[in-house]
Amino acid sequence: MKYIEPHAHMVSRVTDDYERMALAGCLAVCEPAFWAGFDRSSSAGFLDYFGQLTEHEPKRAARFGLKHFCWLCINSKEAEDVKLAEEVIALMPGFLDRPNVLGIGEIGLNKNSRNELRVFEMQVDLAAKQDQLILVHTPHLEDKFKGTRLILDALKSDRRIRPERVIIDHVEEHTVEWVLDAGMWAGMTLYPETKCTPARAIDMLENYGSERLWLNSACDWGVSDPLAVPKTALELAKRGHLAPAIEKVVLQNPRDFLRQSPHFKAAF
Amino acid sequence: MTRQQVLDLYFLDARHKLVELAAFLDRVERAGGPDDFRLKSFRQALAELNGRKRNRAKKVLLAFSDPTAKPVAQAHAKGASGAWNAAS
Repeated sequence: MKYIEPHAHMVSRVTDDYERMALAGCLAVCEPAFWAGFDRSSSAGFLDYFGQLTEHEPKRAARFGLKHFCWLCINSKEAEDVKLAEEVIALMPGFLDRPNVLGIGEIGLNKNSRNELRVFEMQVDLAAKQDQLILVHTPHLEDKFKGTRLILDALKSDRRIRPERVIIDHVEEHTVEWVLDAGMWAGMTLYPETKCTPARAIDMLENYGSERLWLNSACDWGVSDPLAVPKTALELAKRGHLAPAIEKVVLQNPRDFLRQSPHFKAAF
Repeated sequence: MTRQQVLDLYFLDARHKLVELAAFLDRVERAGGPDDFRLKSFRQALAELNGRKRNRAKKVLLAFSDPTAKPVAQAHAKGASGAWNAAS
């Protein structure tokens, strides 16, 4: 089964994971900018990170025939420091024209603070001005319900934002309906303990249909599984879903959304 | 899928998770000390499992969620505990 991994933090993974993903049928991997697991001490750390995402990582993926794309941002976990965020955001336009850049992401909220919301809106403004796609991270666990509501309110209040060009990631049963009703895309993240299991993600597909929904592993430096998407494809088959329906969720849907990016369209 | 097929595919896994839940509660109650906000939310969430209700997963998630609407003044930590603490 061919598939696209629309959300994976490959800078935190070993090279063997690229090989395993290629063997499992992965055609392309998309890497949102993320928190490193520690706070960077200055914007210079982001300059290096954006270089890694746009220059080094595509070469590592290409060794296994995988196309590598990325999103750029300062993550909400580092957004409490607004001055740092302003410096990082000022760096981003210099990278947006690079051929593997898809847009601005994963922006969003973590603890739903005023500064996080301010930095989120600053990056939405950049996306609107530069006509970029937006990938949104919604908060973890007890903060997701409130954070998703704050994020949707902010996006819906900005008339420049076209909902079909926004993917709201890490939806669960208590947030998925809001996102789809807002006309945006929804990402279901298959992650141990937090977020979704394959069985629950498939429940949501069966309850809400497969329009504007995709699956991702969000594999990173934590305990996570870069093969979560093909494993969910297998679970879909076990539950009697036919190959064309499975392909729609794991290949066609991410391709349809991402082809709104001229960089993705030119390469894939 | 028919109900029989769902049971065939998921019953043993669900049974395993239910026994784990029961053992967790036994372990918590065997241990000394007071409850905290997480256990309170956990008990509220458990109540959603009873009977023939719909949307149990959504209701369980809501039982653990922050129901307030305004941004907090400042993020004092990066992690999440899994349950909303009304006193924080």
